[in-house]
Parts: sequence; structure tokens; C-alpha cells
Amino acid sequence: MRTISYREAVRQAMLEEMRRDPNVVVFCEDARFWTMPTHGFVDEFGPDRVPVMPISEEGFTGAAIGAAMTGVRPIVDYTIANLMYVAWDQIVNHAAKNRYLFGGQASVPIVFRAAMKYANATAAQHSDRPYPQLMNVPGLKIVVPSNPADALGLLKSAIRDDDPVVYFEPLLLWGAKGEVPDGEHLVPIGQAAITRPGRDVTVVAIGDAVPTALKAAGALAKDGTEVEVIDPRTLVPLDKTTILESVARTGRLVIADPAHKTCGAAAEISAIVAEEGFGSLRAPIVRVVTPDVHPPFSPALERLMYPTPQRIADAVRTVLGAPSAVKDLVS
Amino acid sequence: MQLLTPSGQRVAAAGPEISAQEIEAHIADVTSADLSDMYADMVIVRRLDEEATALQRQGELGLWAPLRGQEAAQVGSARALAPDDMAFPSYREHGVAYCRGVDPVAILGLFRGTAHGGWDPNEHGFALYAIVVGSQTLHATGYAMGVSREASQNGWRAGQKPAAEASKGRAVECATIAYFGDGASSQGDVGEAFGWAAVFNAPVVFFCQNNQYAISEPTSRQSRVPISHRAAGHGFPGVRVDGNDVLATLAVTRWALARARAGEGPTLIEAVTYRMGAHTTADDPTRYRDADEVARWAERDPLARVRAYLTAQNALDDAAAAAIAARADEAATELRRRCLALPDPEPLSMFDHVTVVESGHVAAERADLADFLGTGDDPPAPSSTSPRAASAHAARPSPARPDLAPADSAPASSAPASSVPASSVPRAPSPPGSSPPEASLAAARSVAPPPQTPGPEASCPR
Repeated sequence: MRTISYREAVRQAMLEEMRRDPNVVVFCEDARFWTMPTHGFVDEFGPDRVPVMPISEEGFTGAAIGAAMTGVRPIVDYTIANLMYVAWDQIVNHAAKNRYLFGGQASVPIVFRAAMKYANATAAQHSDRPYPQLMNVPGLKIVVPSNPADALGLLKSAIRDDDPVVYFEPLLLWGAKGEVPDGEHLVPIGQAAITRPGRDVTVVAIGDAVPTALKAAGALAKDGTEVEVIDPRTLVPLDKTTILESVARTGRLVIADPAHKTCGAAAEISAIVAEEGFGSLRAPIVRVVTPDVHPPFSPALERLMYPTPQRIADAVRTVLGAPSAVKDLVS
Repeated sequence: MQLLTPSGQRVAAAGPEISAQEIEAHIADVTSADLSDMYADMVIVRRLDEEATALQRQGELGLWAPLRGQEAAQVGSARALAPDDMAFPSYREHGVAYCRGVDPVAILGLFRGTAHGGWDPNEHGFALYAIVVGSQTLHATGYAMGVSREASQNGWRAGQKPAAEASKGRAVECATIAYFGDGASSQGDVGEAFGWAAVFNAPVVFFCQNNQYAISEPTSRQSRVPISHRAAGHGFPGVRVDGNDVLATLAVTRWALARARAGEGPTLIEAVTYRMGAHTTADDPTRYRDADEVARWAERDPLARVRAYLTAQNALDDAAAAAIAARADEAATELRRRCLALPDPEPLSMFDHVTVVESGHVAAERADLADFLGTGDDPPAPSSTSPRAASAHAARPSPARPDLAPADSAPASSAPASSVPASSVPRAPSPPGSSPPEASLAAARSVAPPPQTPGPEASCPR
């Protein structure tokens, strides 16, 4: 075991795969910027494998899709998730659909890396969590790792996957450190993790809501409430079995997700449990998500938006039938 | 194209698209006093920019995009604009904003997170900042097409001649200018704006400040030809001007605006300049560029050459320069004071302006947060202490506000009797966003634009 940061895990995954497979390339703006996980890649791999891109997301996404269909395995780094919107047509109409539209004659082995800068006072046009939008697009796989080991193992799996994978990184977690297994570490796409076992309430948490939920679980344990925290890790394809089995044990479900409420991952998970696990439920499902407003630039406002340990604990008490107890979020 | 050398020598200039006589004709009315005023503008915007950078470093702004080095490109082009012209900035055009009469503290409010928007674009002929690089060139093109359409009510009716032909030669009263950078020039939006502006002969000036870097990437990563050459492929003129030369920038921009007003269509200006500071305060340019390169550009400073020229003309002595510097210091002190007085917005204001009429689910979320915060027991400070809310409501009373009652009244319903729902309190008129700049900040005299014939209101959307 070694202890590294999330950002370093992302870097290690790309380095390991680029050293293993000469077909792996990186398309990136500001690739040489010192804060980027790709810092130093141009020196090691040269500009042919790490071409520093003009400021034209649609252009280099299209080029990467073309390259992918010839057998190259591009990692397209958008620097900030919102910059993907500029390339939306290429991602949605081409990367996701080409294999289908070409009758299976081509595949698009590409990874779209998107760092989500929310909760960082970067304002509405730099703070989105766009994975729910892309969950609505068949043909894309979507992962949101929440710790360094999963960041490493899922990115390596994504690079080896023959379909387009969108890899979302909560920038809040870039500095978070954690243990990573030595040697080759692969995490399969489509497999959830039970991050903390518990008998009373299931909390499904996404991205940086996972460490937030673990804090809530720690606090609730002091009162004797045992929360089971599940990290889906992959949103498409979703490991619903792990979630349904957990709800079958606990009978209560809270979903914590920093994305917007409407048509989000939390909505999809709620629907699946309502359809397939209704008989297990002993209380209505509660979502702890972001209201349907844009992230305000004001830190004073933005910090009120996302799931916090207090909100998650409050929701857990609600599904247990206890009165709301926590009111001191802002102070 | 250059009229003032870095050492302050006045020279003649011409280009393939524009003769020396034409250039001189466009600045024939510029006196030494006018040039001295533009010098003062540049000194003040540099000083305000320094203050804003310092405020960010002290944690008082979330971010700042410094303009240092680009003062001449911004002041020269902005002083070429007529009052009715419309400018579409990117996010570094603080100097243009200043010349358009936008209160600098309104810009700081944006970067402090106390306001979204911050000023009235119609009042100032200056659109709100665009963060998504290049997107504003399309907005500007559409605006210019609207101006052109209003100039001739028959313009876009079905069955008309092809658009470019139909609008050729159609004079308009007001021109549009779009500011963007060398990095944005690689965006598809900019290419599409060029194409549309050309085929619709839109009265727009594309003003590219080539400051040599798109964050860390040099212009060589965006284009292998001068950016001004891109206009040729679209069929309109592109000119390259020394963007550190305020006089040449003024002359070329006036020429391009005159072409737009005369119905001759779009022009691309590439103002070659240099970003002396960081891309934003979240950047460290020493990581990717040489100190030698920065020093070479420092020798081409936009302020020094004007001062040298004016001094040689006996139009600016040391006492006058010191007075300008003192004015700039005073403006900076005032800016700091007013910036620090901007309070955090009220928590529930985060739900404002998502839609014209608040949706039920957002109203419910607003009520949830109010409940969570215990607003009912401890009402937020009256809205009048929030300049953000005050300016929004004072400037634009919205007929939709009564519809927000379920949301707004939620926190108030359980409040003490003395507390009044925020929406019913008259807003104090203390809006930094809509008040005119304070006297000390607005002292710079505008350089007279070329003579204008007042036209029908319909041809100027503002």
C-alpha cells in the first residue's frame, strides 16, 4: 500500500497506461500547466502523444473521436467539466452514437476527463456537475470516483474500455489522500462499493458526497444509528444489485448527490428502488441534493447548496422518523 | 501599424487596407489635451487594476483578471466608440468598462461574488462580461444584425434579395464592437461569428486583443498566421495595429467603426499587445514564460510612450503627471473602501432570477432552505442592506415578484410581528451597479467621436 492524493492517482493511472500502451494519447489544453495531472507528460511522451491543444474544445474532441476510431486511445482532458459543453455535439452525437450508427463497424475507445470545480467559488459557468445530463445519453459509460484508489483503478479501466467513458473528478477531492494498492490496480466499471456497512439506513452517496456521508455516519454512530454508505462509483452502468440488497436489509434510503435534483442520478436511483425494492421500504426515500439553481459565485451562497454532513444526518433522522435536529449549518 | 513608437516618436503609418491619409483623417481632431486625457484614463485604469489585484491577494475578491499591459488597446478602442455604440466585452475589459462609464465597484462586485451582472448594459452601451471565451462574438454579431435590420424595416422580409446584397450600403446609426482574445480566436464561435457577420454585412468590429497567451499557451498554438489574416478568408478587412499605441488603436478603431456605420460591413482588428500580469490571479505566468520576454514587452509600455510624446510636446509636465497619479491613487482608495463595504448576499437570494416567474419546485427549495436556516426564528438582515438585491429591484421592479409570495413569505410567516416580508420593503437606492461613477472616477473627459447625425431611435436598439 502507498498513500497518494486523488490528483496523483489520476496522474499515475494515465502514466501507467501510457507506458503500457503506446496507443494511449492525451488531448489537453494547458497540459503543461503545473497544477494539471498531465504536467510533465509532454517531456516524457513528446508532443505526438501529448499534443497541447488550441482553445477549441469541439475541434479537438472531434479529432480525438476520429483518432479513436482508428485504434488510438485518446484521453481528452477538458480541464473543467463545463468546457465539455462546447464539445457537446461531438460527445453526444458522435462519440456516443458512432458505433451504433456504423452498425458496429467502429468503436470509440475514448476517455473524457472532466474535473468538476464546484464548491470552489468559480461561478455558474465553471461549477457544473454535468453527469446527469450525460446519463441520459445511451452509449456512454459514466464514472465518478470518490477516493484515490478508485480514481486510479477506474481510470485505468476506462482507458482500457472499448467504449467512450466519461470520467468525472470532483476537484474538491484532488487533494484528498488515501491508500492505493501496490502493483496493478484495476477497478471494474459498473461495480458499487459498500464504503461503510450498517444496518439501519442506506445512504447512497456520489462523488464528494461519499466522504461527506461517511462523516455523517460517524456522527450518527455515536447515537447508535448504523448507516450503510454505498458509493456507486459508476453511474452508467449502475450496480443496482448492491443498492437494492442494501435497502432490503435496512428498509430506508437516503441519496446524497451534489448535482441538481431534477432528473439527476438520485432521481434515477430513487426510481429503481421504488420500482424494484418497494416492498423493502419502510419510509419514503429522501434525496439530499442541490436545488435547481445555478451555483452562485458568492461563497456565502454557494456553500449552502451542496450536501453536508448535517444535511445527510438530518435526512437519516427523517427516514428513521426522528424530528429534524440540526439547524446550525451556516453558523 | 503604429503612430507612436515605444520611445514616443510620432510616425506615419499605413496598411494594405488603409492609407496613411485615412488614418490621419480619423485622428485629425485629436488634440494634445485629448491625448493627455487618454493618458489619464490609462493611468487610472492601471491603478484601479493594481488595487483590484491587491484586493484579491488579500482575500477580498474571489478572482481578478488583470489588464496590466493592455491599457492602450482598451482605452484607444473604447474612446473611439460613440455613446450609442454597443460593446460586447470578454472578462478583462475593465479599461473599456471605465471608458463606458461603468462604476468600477460594480465590476469588483462581480469578482467578489456579491452581484451577478452588476450594471445596466443599455445604460452604458457595454454588455455584461462573458466568461465563456468567444461566445460574445456571436452575441455581438446578432446585435449588429438587429441594428442593421431596424435600419431598414424591409431588410429581412421573405422574398428579399440575398442578405449580404440586401444590406450592403445600408448605413446605421450605431456600430457594435466585440472584444475577444487570441485564445478565443480558436473557438468555433468566433469563426461562425466571422462568417455570419460577413454574409449579413453586419455593422460589427471584431476587436482581438492578442495579448500573446491563452492562459499558458502562446499564440503560436492558436494560429500560424497573424490573427488579422483570418478576415481575408471571410471577405472583410483585417488590420493589425500596435495595441500598445493608444493613438494608432484609436485611429484604426474609428476607421473600422465608420465602415460599420456606413454599411460597409465587419472589420477585424488585431491589437498586438502583451498581458504583463497573470491570466487571472489563479495563475502564475512565471511558470511558462521567460523574464526576458516580459522585460522586452515592458520596454514597449503603453503609458510611457504617451507620456514621452506629451512631454516632448510640452503638453504634460511633471506637475500635471503627478496630479493624474494622485487622482488615480484617490480613485483606488475609494474603490477599496467601497469594495470592502459590499456585504455578502442574503442566503435566500440564491434562488432569485432562475426564471422570470419562480417555478413551484424552486419555491419549495427556497422554503426548505429558509426552514433549514431557521430564518423564521432569526430573519435575515433587511434586503436594503444588500446592494445586490437593492440594485436589482430598484432598477427593474419585476411584475413577477408578487408571484414569489409563497417562497418569499415562507421565512416571514413565522417571523416576529415586527419583521416584514423582504419583498414588501422599499429598497434603499444604494445600488453600486446602477449609480453613476463617482466624480473622482468619472473625471476623464471623453475624446470626441467623429461627427454623428442623430438618427431615428429605431435604428439604435438602446
